[in-house]
Amino acid sequence: MSTEAASLDPAPPRDLGRRATGIVRRLAGLVFSLAVTFLGLTAVTFFISRLTKIDPVLAVAGDKANKQAYDAAYHALGLDQPVPVQYLIYVKRVLTGDMGMSVLTSNPVFTDLIRVFPATFELSTVAVIIGVLVGVPAGVVAAARKGRWQDQVIRVVGLFGYSVPVFWLGLVGLFLFYGKLGWVSGPGRLDVVYQATMTPITGVVLVDALLQGNWDMFTNAFAHLILPASILGYFSLAYIARMTRSFMIDQLGQEYVVAARIKGNSFWQAVWRHAFPNILVPLITVIGLSYASLLEGAVLTETVFAWPGLGLYITNALFNSDMNAVLGGAVLVGAVFIGINQICDFLYKVFDPRLRTP
Amino acid sequence: MTDTLGQWLMSEAPMSRRQAIFGRIYRNARAVVRNPTALVGLVIVVALILVAVFAPWLSLGQSPLTQDLASRLGPPSAAHWFGTDELGRDIMARTFYGAQATLTIVFLVAVVVVPIGLVVGMVAGYLGGWVDAVLMRITDIFLAFPRLVLALAFAAALGPGIDNAVIAISLTSWPAYARIARSETLAIARSDFIQAAVLQGASTPRILFRHILPLCLSSVIVRLTLDMAGIILTAAGLGFLGLGAQPPTPEWGAMVSSGRDVILDQWWVATIPGIAIFVVSLGFNLLGDGLRDIFDPKSA
Repeated sequence: MSTEAASLDPAPPRDLGRRATGIVRRLAGLVFSLAVTFLGLTAVTFFISRLTKIDPVLAVAGDKANKQAYDAAYHALGLDQPVPVQYLIYVKRVLTGDMGMSVLTSNPVFTDLIRVFPATFELSTVAVIIGVLVGVPAGVVAAARKGRWQDQVIRVVGLFGYSVPVFWLGLVGLFLFYGKLGWVSGPGRLDVVYQATMTPITGVVLVDALLQGNWDMFTNAFAHLILPASILGYFSLAYIARMTRSFMIDQLGQEYVVAARIKGNSFWQAVWRHAFPNILVPLITVIGLSYASLLEGAVLTETVFAWPGLGLYITNALFNSDMNAVLGGAVLVGAVFIGINQICDFLYKVFDPRLRTP
Repeated sequence: MTDTLGQWLMSEAPMSRRQAIFGRIYRNARAVVRNPTALVGLVIVVALILVAVFAPWLSLGQSPLTQDLASRLGPPSAAHWFGTDELGRDIMARTFYGAQATLTIVFLVAVVVVPIGLVVGMVAGYLGGWVDAVLMRITDIFLAFPRLVLALAFAAALGPGIDNAVIAISLTSWPAYARIARSETLAIARSDFIQAAVLQGASTPRILFRHILPLCLSSVIVRLTLDMAGIILTAAGLGFLGLGAQPPTPEWGAMVSSGRDVILDQWWVATIPGIAIFVVSLGFNLLGDGLRDIFDPKSA
């Protein structure tokens, strides 16, 4: 990134001090807006926790508790405090990683979340890699061949991705590639055989298998991963291709592309060597945004593929009225989502010279 | 006759307000019909409405609720064109009736989301200053939320059902409209005709609702149409997880979910309602794309 910023902006050295203060100011702005958005997120989850009809005191004290025990639990939960104070207590608990106990697993929700997060991380990372590797070239080709059949095909593929329900595509994929063709493995992360021998190091199975030098386990994990990751990746592909196309159309209309052609570059040289580097900055934002939304899409995909990640954890908690776990999961997804969005926004402003205030 | 009517509608110098309004409607309708993308989308959306309204007739006498355990999980046949589900109910009837649930959700979300977004956006854009700063900060916070996960948490707290699904989806959908309304208002508020209205002594609410609101509507409608696909997919996702319309009400997401366990042997149970979701959200996407090309060529 830094080399590009340097090549994009040949600022004289004496401006460095002013630029540094500018970046510090922006960084402060980023921290501030992250903090405000996080407070907003916790305010909403706090509000949701008040809405629920489940009595939190009974959840702690049990329904056989006598009046005394009930009152003690009521006091211990801070429910006799005014609502704003309760909210502050809640924020403090969330920040210290105390999201209560999960009724379902009888572990602290925080421990559960740390356990399940790597699975979701693995799934969405592979998905976004697929989305970038296919989506970016597709978008560039669509822009370069605007209005021709290549553009139309890519547009239809993208439109399909915008319209198809992810859980349904997952089921159809399972039916076709697992049930009928047998090309991939079924639901879950590993075959049962490997689950016993698997000792989690990072929690990311592909990495763990490599670290242990277990090649069979790696291929098995890959066979399980490839279908859900492709289906999720397809959704980010649709978005990335559409945005790449519109960025590239902007660039290809510029005069410097014509100049590059006049100098004797071939058409595709002008596209890839001259126009493409100029869309990298907005493209990184788009990739970040699609990565954040993949975390969300993972909720439904994980349910279909019995993928033991965050999404499956949240939905399982949902059906067991385990509100602590649901809200903890929502806070984690929300925090990651907000974090990625705002950091992308920040990077965009820092690295795009046009958006930089002098 | 048609020729004179056409001339009357297309007149560059309308003689009355009525003629101007009819003329504008005619021109817009013609633009939509001449745009193939918009037309296909419009046909699908109109078909959705017709299917929802005429579901009892289209189902050929099959009830969406009558169970027939003797012929459960039957493949598509002459009696049941789309087959039967795990309780022997006719999938075609359930798919047609499912259009009603989808349409209800889409309609209710639109009715809730558009007024909230418009009012917040117009007030922020017109008044400016700290009102703008506060309202837009709140909008940004809601815009940063992951829609489905928040909708899940809401539906979990309030209990499953269509009403709660609508509340949950609305809560995460309105900020986009506030942003659009604000940016439109910022552009309009500086115009001379607004200054003229202010000088004539028009009150702020009058300016907002009589002068600014009508000009914001076209962008909002384009955005709403494009959003509909996402709303339908989120609603279907909630239904799939069991948080939408409750059984035995036919709802597409829940129908796909009920076909999950038998996908390898009885593919039609999950496939047919999934195709319905896909076609309808494709229709809204096409219509929205087309409307954007027609009314907002800049952002296409």
